[in-house]
Amino acid sequence: MLNFRSPDQPPLVSLANAGVRRNGRWLVRGVEFSVSRGEIVTLIGPNGSGKSTTAKAAIGVLKPDEGRVERKAGLRVGYVPQKLSIDWTLPLTVERLMTLTGPLKGREIEEALAATGISHLSRAEVQHLSGGEFQRALLARALARKPDLLVLDEPVQGVDFTGEIALYDLIKSIRNRTGCGILLISHDLHVVMAETDTVICLNGHVCCRGTPQMVSQSPEYLKLFGSRAAQSLAVYSHHHDHTHLPDGRVQHEDGSVTEHCHPGDGHHHAGHADHDHAHAHAQSHSHGDDHGHQHGPDCGCGHHSRLQGFDGREKSRV
Amino acid sequence: MFDDFFTRALIAGIGLAITVGPLGCFVIWRRMAYFGDTMAHSALLGVALSLLFELNLMLSVFLVAATVSLLLLVLQRRGALSTDALLGILSHSALSIGLVMVAFMTWVRIDLVGFLFGDILAVSEADIDLVWGGGILVLFAIVYLWRPLLASTVNPELAEAEGLQPERAKLYFMLLMALVIAIAMKIVGILLITSLLIIPAATARRFATSPEIMAVLASLIGALAVTGGLFGSLHWDTPSGPSIVVAALGLFVLSLLPFGRRSQGAVEHSSPGHSSHGGHH
Repeated sequence: MLNFRSPDQPPLVSLANAGVRRNGRWLVRGVEFSVSRGEIVTLIGPNGSGKSTTAKAAIGVLKPDEGRVERKAGLRVGYVPQKLSIDWTLPLTVERLMTLTGPLKGREIEEALAATGISHLSRAEVQHLSGGEFQRALLARALARKPDLLVLDEPVQGVDFTGEIALYDLIKSIRNRTGCGILLISHDLHVVMAETDTVICLNGHVCCRGTPQMVSQSPEYLKLFGSRAAQSLAVYSHHHDHTHLPDGRVQHEDGSVTEHCHPGDGHHHAGHADHDHAHAHAQSHSHGDDHGHQHGPDCGCGHHSRLQGFDGREKSRV
Repeated sequence: MFDDFFTRALIAGIGLAITVGPLGCFVIWRRMAYFGDTMAHSALLGVALSLLFELNLMLSVFLVAATVSLLLLVLQRRGALSTDALLGILSHSALSIGLVMVAFMTWVRIDLVGFLFGDILAVSEADIDLVWGGGILVLFAIVYLWRPLLASTVNPELAEAEGLQPERAKLYFMLLMALVIAIAMKIVGILLITSLLIIPAATARRFATSPEIMAVLASLIGALAVTGGLFGSLHWDTPSGPSIVVAALGLFVLSLLPFGRRSQGAVEHSSPGHSSHGGHH
């Protein structure tokens, strides 16, 4: 896997002892982290732990009441907010959504839609999209700006489990292809991307940090979320744990997905497929062709094989 | 064929309708109908103040409407009461204070009905200049502010994160609203201004495929409503302001009738599952 991180360059954004206060209450305090090019930083934590607040402080939507937030000069941000409801009275197609905050060339729009696998929806009104399609449209919009820093606030909300894996794969491939820094927010403790370089666990303050594996075993994390959550956090590296998740919804989604995708399974590569796949990604894009286009249509299923592939790779890594 | 006063009314009314079309779209996209109403109602306080201090009427109305909208922004930020309740308080107290002040000023006799419902048939040539001059100014400003306004309508934080300035756009939008209310008061009156903002925009929604098309359509539909309303008022000898609103309502009802446009929802829901099951790997 290519490594885009370059420690010599200054980070895209860095927070030093940052805190945000509202109505006399500290929403979050003492936050320290930075995001560099090619780095994926994931903020996790329970509801109200200050994840969104921290992200907003990082991109300058909120001013920190203490500490410092430094952004690289001329930093170009692509933002997918946590909540975005578009009033029915606003006629907005996916295509028009792309140029919401700045002009884009037609080709840039097409590429972003192809990369997120929703080229066929470019003329659809955003209000008619499903949860997963809408999240992809928002991601495409943020991506089309060619940002230095992509900030994704719960990008998998309203997306079922397979869609979730596919979206995480997409996020990873965006990082690999463009080398942008990614700040990801998740309350889905059971799926934290293994590609995440740093997980920061928030609960009004930074309670622990490190690689996904390190955080899932840290005593602070276990205290905050309990050992069951810790098991499920490790889902990506221990695939078998996952099928026995205590969470009813996920278990259900998983079941229905299996049912849906089994007929196609024979066509996928299993096991060692992941390596080929990842390389194909990097190479084809360095040649500038529209690999995303080919990849797009089978996203609905590809992620299933990706999940298996992932499992295989993790085993080989461990 | 028509009397001069009628032609003047038509020209002024159409100018106003074209101006308020895009603003009206933002009012409904941002769910600010009641907000617009509040600003309009506060115009009567502006009338009273202009009489009391012998200020220019339009300037006074503009200042009061702008002040009320800024006051609301400040109160909203405090967050003690819901916006809804704040609007209710501001709207009717401004209207009532205006009415009470007018009652105290026994030395002036004003045509209250004219202010409440407008008197488009009394429009002078100077008024026409003002409507069209002000209108062109407002439209230019809207075009200039279009992207930040639209982006912050969708999500202010998104707009801010990506380098636009939603707060500033919102402030300018409020000032434009205040300006339009000051201009429109004479034509459709304080109580009916919001309807001219909202009804044509709501009518345009059904036929619009993009925000920009909706703004243009709202202007055209508004102009059509003004024309229809004025001819109706001439023909049946009905009050002009309400006749325009009734005409606008008629167009809105027509737009609800089920003709033509069935396809859209059907097309989008029929997008099939992904065709490829990884066959080309």
